[in-house]
Formats: sequence, structure tokens, C-alpha cells
Amino acid sequence: MAMLNQILNNPDVVIVLVGALVSVASSLLGCFLILRKASMLSDAISHAILLGIVLTFLLTQNQNTPLFVLGAALTGLLTVILTESLAQSGRVKYDAAIGIVYPFFFALAVLLINLFARNVHLDTDAVLLGEIGFSWLDTTSLGALEVPTSLLKMSFVTLLNLAFILLFYKELKLSTFDRALSAALGFSPFILHYALLSLLSLTSVVAFDAVGAVLLVAFVIIPPSAAYLMTDSLWRMLVIAGVVGVGSSLLGYLSALALDVSIGGMMALWTAFFLALAFLFSPRYGLISRYYQGLREKERNAKRMLLVHLFNHENDPESHQENAVSALKHHLRWDKAHIRNLIMQGLDEGLIHKNPNDQLFLTPKGRLLAQEVLAPWEYSAKL
Amino acid sequence: MGDIVAFLSDFTIRNVLLGAALLGISSGVLGSFAVLRQQSLLGDTLSHAALPGVCLAFMVTGSRQLFSTMLGALIAGSLAALIISVLTWRSRLKQDAAQGIVLSSFFALGIVLLTAISKQNNASQAGLKHFLFGQAAAILPEDVMLMTLLTALALLIVYIFWRAFKLISFDRAFAASLGLPLNSLEMLLSGLIALAIVIGLQLVGVVLMAAMIIAPASAARQWVRRLEPMILLASLFGMLSGILGALLSSLGKGLATGPLIVLVASFFVLISLMFAPERGILWARLKQLQEQRNLREKQVLYDLYQLSLNHDDPSYPSELGMLRSYYGFNVKNALKGLLAKDWVRPEKHMPEEGLHYVLSERGYQEAKRFADSFADGFMVDERLV
Repeated sequence: MAMLNQILNNPDVVIVLVGALVSVASSLLGCFLILRKASMLSDAISHAILLGIVLTFLLTQNQNTPLFVLGAALTGLLTVILTESLAQSGRVKYDAAIGIVYPFFFALAVLLINLFARNVHLDTDAVLLGEIGFSWLDTTSLGALEVPTSLLKMSFVTLLNLAFILLFYKELKLSTFDRALSAALGFSPFILHYALLSLLSLTSVVAFDAVGAVLLVAFVIIPPSAAYLMTDSLWRMLVIAGVVGVGSSLLGYLSALALDVSIGGMMALWTAFFLALAFLFSPRYGLISRYYQGLREKERNAKRMLLVHLFNHENDPESHQENAVSALKHHLRWDKAHIRNLIMQGLDEGLIHKNPNDQLFLTPKGRLLAQEVLAPWEYSAKL
Repeated sequence: MGDIVAFLSDFTIRNVLLGAALLGISSGVLGSFAVLRQQSLLGDTLSHAALPGVCLAFMVTGSRQLFSTMLGALIAGSLAALIISVLTWRSRLKQDAAQGIVLSSFFALGIVLLTAISKQNNASQAGLKHFLFGQAAAILPEDVMLMTLLTALALLIVYIFWRAFKLISFDRAFAASLGLPLNSLEMLLSGLIALAIVIGLQLVGVVLMAAMIIAPASAARQWVRRLEPMILLASLFGMLSGILGALLSSLGKGLATGPLIVLVASFFVLISLMFAPERGILWARLKQLQEQRNLREKQVLYDLYQLSLNHDDPSYPSELGMLRSYYGFNVKNALKGLLAKDWVRPEKHMPEEGLHYVLSERGYQEAKRFADSFADGFMVDERLV
């Protein structure tokens, strides 16, 4: 117990843990948001909840009331409702509706802070930047344990999000990928959507102290996006996003210590780094592998073209001319190196053979492949 | 009066007002394109993304001169726009995710740089944070000059590419079929939005500049249909928001300018959404009420007509209580309307019974005309057959 206490009151451990929990809790929800093409709602919510926080503070004059969570979560929900009803009214488009509602709430909040809450801890910098570095200061007694409050709160939120996703995994998946079917089967996409966004508001307000409004957006969107580039399976996406989040928290903390800069900022930058890795190197969707896929595809097509050319002229009286290596350069407009490469490959794979006069002939296997290209409904080369 | 003249001739105030007007013009014009192309959140992204540029400019030059700050912000904003394009073209990520990624990672970089700068303990770094929320009072005459030049540059580019910009905003497919270089034009527009954001940095700050791109243009869209008046109106709304917001912030000490400007702009949006002719919510609601009343009157008139047909009596009296229980809604208003049009008249049928209503000659004709208009039988009211 004493050891556990020691661990839980070690600032380094607490900061990394809080960061990891923030990113896991956010990216769990973020996966569904980016699949629903609604990721900018997280930007709107995380800015707008500031109004809820300020109003709660002004009404209660108390900085430590649990009402903060309620006030902020309600504001988050109100933002979404206002945005969506504005968009549904047809007077402004969805993207403009987001950009009208949340800046209004945020501007109001900043003004109220300027006017009434100048001298309290609610200053505007903390709002944007957060202070995860102080997350270990405030503790709560839990029996014999002294647990940092922010750790406790974030654990609760993370578990809540996890429970929601595990319980409604099937429904969430269905309503994300096929909204119409989900509605037809009686799972209201509307209720699930709002449940998801309510949890996002809740997560935002609890994570707010730690990372601030804007960095939260990084944790909601970037790890799931990186995961989205890595896999096609939803549960793998959730797991990868979580791993990216936890890794970024750890690396972010270490590098922030080394450089003596903002911890939350570094954590967010590491998520961006992982995204860049996925963008470049993802086995299926990465830039590099897509480039090579393109090259391979081109090669494959060239080979098929060669076979079809040979096949078309096989029984020509001119075939000894047409199917000579030297003729390919003119007929298929390929350069010499490319032709040599293709012929080597064809020979290797047993598709063609070459006589001493540099004339090319199809093997039975090569002929079958050419026939398959020309009439796939009759031939199957099964290569 | 003398106070006002003194106030307006105050050096700072004049700079602020000029700056605010320039800000309104540039963001109104470019915001109109962004809103029409459903790229509003690009403004949001680019404004957040300007922060690292602001910080880097400070780190390189060691000063808060607006020129270097703007240059840094412009470079960061353009880079951000480029990365969004690369992410959406070259990967399976969608527009919204790409914007969120760029917005938050650039801002994170900005915050990291901001903390790095504050560790240097430089006296002028304190002012750097004003770029988050804007500070009108810090604006200098040379800043206004710079803003004027940049606004003129932005307007000139829009003027040169006017037809192309208009076309890609309204009919992208047609623009493509004409062989316009869509990607280059869109990158140019994104760059111009970054420029508009840069112009507003000093006054509104990076966090809320997004609203200045979106709000005036959205408000203007409610009043007009065509692009030219929309741009003019958006500039006007932008200018007024800038000026009023800056004036309000100069009234109180320590009031950040950005939020006030944005609140005024939001107010214009609200007014426009409510009261703009044709599209305004208020007019739509009034029209809806009017139509509802018309429909009820027609319904009552038609039913009175059917009753008189069924009783072979053109002046068949129907009792108020009967009509009430028949409809289940308050039939009195509908009857009042019909009375006013002189389509029904009240009649005391029997002394012990309540008020009765009878079709007038005109009402009978009107009802007949109405009934004949769907006499083909597809709208027969089965309750009365």
C-alpha cells in the first residue's frame, strides 16, 4: 500500500498516467467521430465548454464544485444541438454552423473571464494550454490511498467511455457505417450520436485542466486518424489509437522535460509524429507502399500487354517480325531496358521462351494468361 | 459632441478603427468564398495554425514587429493549407479529419514554442500572448499601413481571378470541364484566406479569427442571393463588427478585442438569421402561421359546404359546439377569419341552442370553387360521404 502510495504521488508517473488516460479516453470516442466525418465537432465542443465552466463559476463562486462537469457538459451538448439545428434549418451549411456557434460561445466565455474572473485561476492562458504539469498536486483520499484527483477523474471518464463502447459496440458500429440500416433496425442513430457527443463533452471538461481546449482536439482526432491509416478493422483501430495515445504521452513527457517546454504540447506533437509515420509507412494505405503498389500494378499490366501482343501475332504470317525482341520497341513503345526486364521476368516465370534469333514465343502457360486477359469469362489461368 | 470629435481624432482610436475596417473588408470578401465553397472550417484551421508562425517569427527576429509576425503567420497558414491538401489527396483521411489534425498539431507546436520563448525570459514576450486573443490598443500607424497594403493585395488578386473564383465556388464540375486548374486555384484561395487571417491577427487573435471569416459572410448570405452584393454586405458586416468591437474594448481596461469583435459579428448573424427578408426565421414562422390559418379556414369552409350539400340546404346552419367537437382544435379563430371575409354569417337557429353558422352566398361560391378544384375525387373527405 505504501508503495502504491509512493507511485501514485510520484509526479512523473502521475503526469504520464493522466496524459495516457486523456488520450485513451479521447481517442476511443475520436475513432467514431472521424468515421462519422464529424471530427470538427470535437473542436467546437472543446472550445465551447469554456462557457459552461465560466458560467458555473460565476453562479457558484466556487472553483471546486462538481457542478463544473454538469455545466460544461450541458454547454457542449447545447453547442452540438444549436449547430445541428442551424444546419438543418438550411440557412447555413454544416461547416459554417460549426464555425458560427462555437466562436460565439468561446468569445462570450473569454469576455466573461476578462470582466469578472480576472483574478482567479480561470485565466485564458490556462484555458488554452492546460497545465498537466500540476496534475499531481491536488489529491483525494481513497481509504489509505492518496490519489491525485485528476488521475481519479480521468480514470473514471476513461472507464465510462470504455464501458459505453463495449456495451454498444455493435450498435455504434452499425450506426457509423450504415446509418439507414441502423435506423431501420430500430437503433436510433440520433440517440447514439448524442450519447457519443455527451461523452465527448464530459471527457473534454475533465481533460480540460490537463491539456486545455485545443490540445484536446489533437488527442481526439490524431491517434484515431493514424490508426485509420493502419487498419480496416474497427476494433484494431480502437486499439492502435489507444497505443498511439499512450506512447505519445510517455514520449511527450520525456521530450518536454528534456526541452523544458509545454508537456501537453509535446504530447500532441508526438501524436502528429505517429500520424506522419502512418501516412508514410502504413503497409496498406501509406504513401510509400501505395507508390510501390502503383509500380507493381504498372509492371503487371506491361507483362500482360506483352503476352497479349505475342498472342495476337502468334499465327500471323508476319509473326517472325512482330514477335522479335527488336520490334517490341516500336510496337509497344517501351524503352530497351524495360523490354529486357520484362522478357527476363517472362522467361523466369515460364510464360515465354526465346529462340536464338531473338524471336519470342508463348509457352502454354503464357498463352493461357493472354487468353484470360482477352476473354476472362472463358479462361482462367489461376496463376 | 466635442468629446466625440476628440475621441475620434485620438491617434490610437483612429488606428484601431482603420485597422478594424480593413480586417472587416478582407475577411468579408474572402470569407464569402470560403462559406460558399463549404470550406468555412478551413478558416478555423488556418487561424489556429498561424500560432507557430507567430512564435517562430518572434524567435527569429526577437521582436514583435507586425511585419515579421504576419510573414511568419502567413507562411505557417499556407503550409497548413498545403498539408491539409496533401493529407486528403494522398491518403484515405477525409477533409474534417485532415483539418482537425492540422489545426491541433500546428497549435500544439505553437504552444511548445510559446513555452520555449517564455523560458528565455524576454521582456517583450509578454505581448506575444496578445496574438491569442488580439489587442487593439497595441496597433501602430505602420501596422495600419501594412494592413492596408495586404488588404489591397488580397483584393487585387481576387479582382484578377474574379471569374475563376466565382465559377469554382458555384459550379466546380463546370469549372473543371472548362479546363481551369482547380487545384491551383483552390490553393490560391486557401492562401488568400490565410492572408485575411494574418490581417486580423493583431486585432482578433488566432483563436477567434475563424469567426471573422465565417460570420460576416454567413450573415450576408441571408440577405442576398448573388455573389457581388454578398461580398459587399459581408465586408460591411465585417467592418462594422471590427469597428464596434474595437470601440467597445477601448471602453474597458483589459478587455481583449477579439471576443468583442466576434460577439458583434455573431450579433449580426443572429439578426440576419431572424430578420432577413425571405430567409429570415421570423418571416418563415409568420408565413407558416398564416398558411396554417388559411388551411384551417379552408377546411372549415369546405366542411360547411359538404354539410349543406348533404342536407340539400345551401344555408344549412352548423352549430358552434358541433364544429368544435368535430375538429378538436379551436375553430373560433378560423370562423372569425371566415366572418371577416364575409364567407359565413352567424345565425340564431333556435333560441335554446348555441350559435350557428351559415355559408353566405359568396362563401358558398368560394367553397364550390374550392371543392371543384379537386372534384376529380382524389381528395374526397370520407368523413362526410
